[in-house]
Amino acid sequence: MAGEISDAIIRVRDITVQFGKTRILDGLNLDVKRGEILGFVGPSGAGKSVLTRTIIGLVPKVAGSIEVFGVDLDRASTAERRGVERRWGVLFQQGALFSSLTVRQNIQFPVREYLNLSQRLLDEVMVAKLGMVGLKPEVADRFPSELSGGMIKRVALARALALDPELVFLDEPTSGLDPIGAGDFDELVRTLQRTLGLTVFMVTHDLDSLYTACDRIAVLGNGKIIAAGSIADMKASKHPWLNQYFNGKRARSVVV
Amino acid sequence: MSGDPTLERIAQGNGLALCAAGSWTARFAPALEKMVADAEKLRGSRPNIFIDVSQVSKLDTFGAWLIERLRRSLADGGIEAKIAGLSANYSSLVDEVRRIKAEPVVETRSVTITGMLEQIGRSVAGVGGTLVGLIEMLGAVLAAAGHVLIRPRGFRLTSTIHHMEQVCWRAVPIVVLITFLIGCIISQQGIFHFRKFGADIFVVDMLGVLVLREIGVLLVAIMVAGRSGSAYTAELGSMKMREEIDALRTMGFDPIEVLILPRMLALVLALPILAFLGAMAALYGGGLVAYLYGGVDPEAFLLRLRDAISIDHFIVGIIKAPVMAAVIGIVACVEGLAVQGSAESLGQHTTSSVVKGIFFVIVMDGVFAIFFASIGM
Repeated sequence: MAGEISDAIIRVRDITVQFGKTRILDGLNLDVKRGEILGFVGPSGAGKSVLTRTIIGLVPKVAGSIEVFGVDLDRASTAERRGVERRWGVLFQQGALFSSLTVRQNIQFPVREYLNLSQRLLDEVMVAKLGMVGLKPEVADRFPSELSGGMIKRVALARALALDPELVFLDEPTSGLDPIGAGDFDELVRTLQRTLGLTVFMVTHDLDSLYTACDRIAVLGNGKIIAAGSIADMKASKHPWLNQYFNGKRARSVVV
Repeated sequence: MSGDPTLERIAQGNGLALCAAGSWTARFAPALEKMVADAEKLRGSRPNIFIDVSQVSKLDTFGAWLIERLRRSLADGGIEAKIAGLSANYSSLVDEVRRIKAEPVVETRSVTITGMLEQIGRSVAGVGGTLVGLIEMLGAVLAAAGHVLIRPRGFRLTSTIHHMEQVCWRAVPIVVLITFLIGCIISQQGIFHFRKFGADIFVVDMLGVLVLREIGVLLVAIMVAGRSGSAYTAELGSMKMREEIDALRTMGFDPIEVLILPRMLALVLALPILAFLGAMAALYGGGLVAYLYGGVDPEAFLLRLRDAISIDHFIVGIIKAPVMAAVIGIVACVEGLAVQGSAESLGQHTTSSVVKGIFFVIVMDGVFAIFFASIGM
């Protein structure tokens, strides 16, 4: 299905997740290559977020194995797990910023916990991260409730990047942004991927993002990966949902 | 994994090369910062310095920024330090970092004595505002009630009954248990001390008056403030945070009518019921202890109780209950609607809802005591 990839940063094998009697993921296999931006699509409610949360370890699975950075997360000791968690960053759908901390404290939080740095370096790197996600240093002392939706996404991304992770999970990063903002965000993800050598696992519904930002696309359906490959592969696919998704009315307006 | 990072100084003619090597990453940041600080002292010592990064095996934002900090501080000293040997992988990162303006953003908050005094002043001045806020809410709730009386279809029966279940029905076990225990304790203490005067039986008078007039309703009101007042504040507060209340308003609903009136009504109906059950449980507990510990048999207890208390005692107690419920409800709703965007604010307002609720309940109890004393009840 996804094919064996030797240099996989995430290796998901036969995972099954169910809530009560409903099976969400059913023997799913997926590989994510080092350094790529993988776009992850599928119908609403197909379990895209569930897969992301399963990989991160927030949702328990019934069967299967997940390897991240070559570490089997089920067999890993607490210390090994910590090590893996330090090397990834997660951008949640709603941002999940700590509402009682300022932007500065939000971004510095993981850094402060893991590393023992001087306040000056913390502040400078915080400003650097804000700059990378396209925000001015002035927002540093605002609280999350004082930010716009786009700014929350950016700050959340800056926090996900705070420890210079090798892998980031983005859960619908462009949802709720205007097309220009969303375009900027895609551009940003691309730039960061180039400059920081990131691997990006991006759940998205945004066709523009798939076209402009992603190297490879994986499609979820019926609890399995029904297709994985480049955008051209997707368009050539005969699968009815894929056909509708990539060649439908909305898709055509994107391609031009 | 490559080894510890280094920054060596190699003289080249009249210039100096700073050779960075190893892994310049967040893990080694404290050591790197020290090395960079040392190297910064070189400014002015040599006419030209360049930074050679060709031996750097790993670079992240922290390392790139420290190299950039070194370059800038040398530049401030008049030395145009070039960065040489940058591999293609990392050049975009270094470019990215170079674009960053490093104006120091100083954290603005500080704790001073004047600041603390200001805080105290503000909270004292805020007391008036709190009272006005409570009266405003009372007015708004009454207006909504009036509106509902004119147009009964706007009344939310389902919601009211749901809240009755939460506030009244589900509170019964804990309220009955606690008042039962308090009744036991009062009775035991009374017997223990009255026995010295051979006045065991008067424990019944004390228990009856105390429970029916004061303790029953006060204790239940305090429990309800802690149990339901806090829940109201947390519910309304999180709805406020998620803009649910704004959503209601834009649909043309009055949040007071939809959210607050059913809650208030449920509380006003619930507290007398709970106070009655509480009083009965306390009397039962007291009677049980009087029998088991004091040897007052149940028949004697009931006879004495009939003589000792009149219906007035019961009325005095029960009349206070709806008023206290209204006070608790209004405080809880005002606090709930005052919640700002953060989780911390939700916590603060929930705390203050309970504290203010209990405070006002006790104040009201005092006011009632004066009132009933002056009308001779």
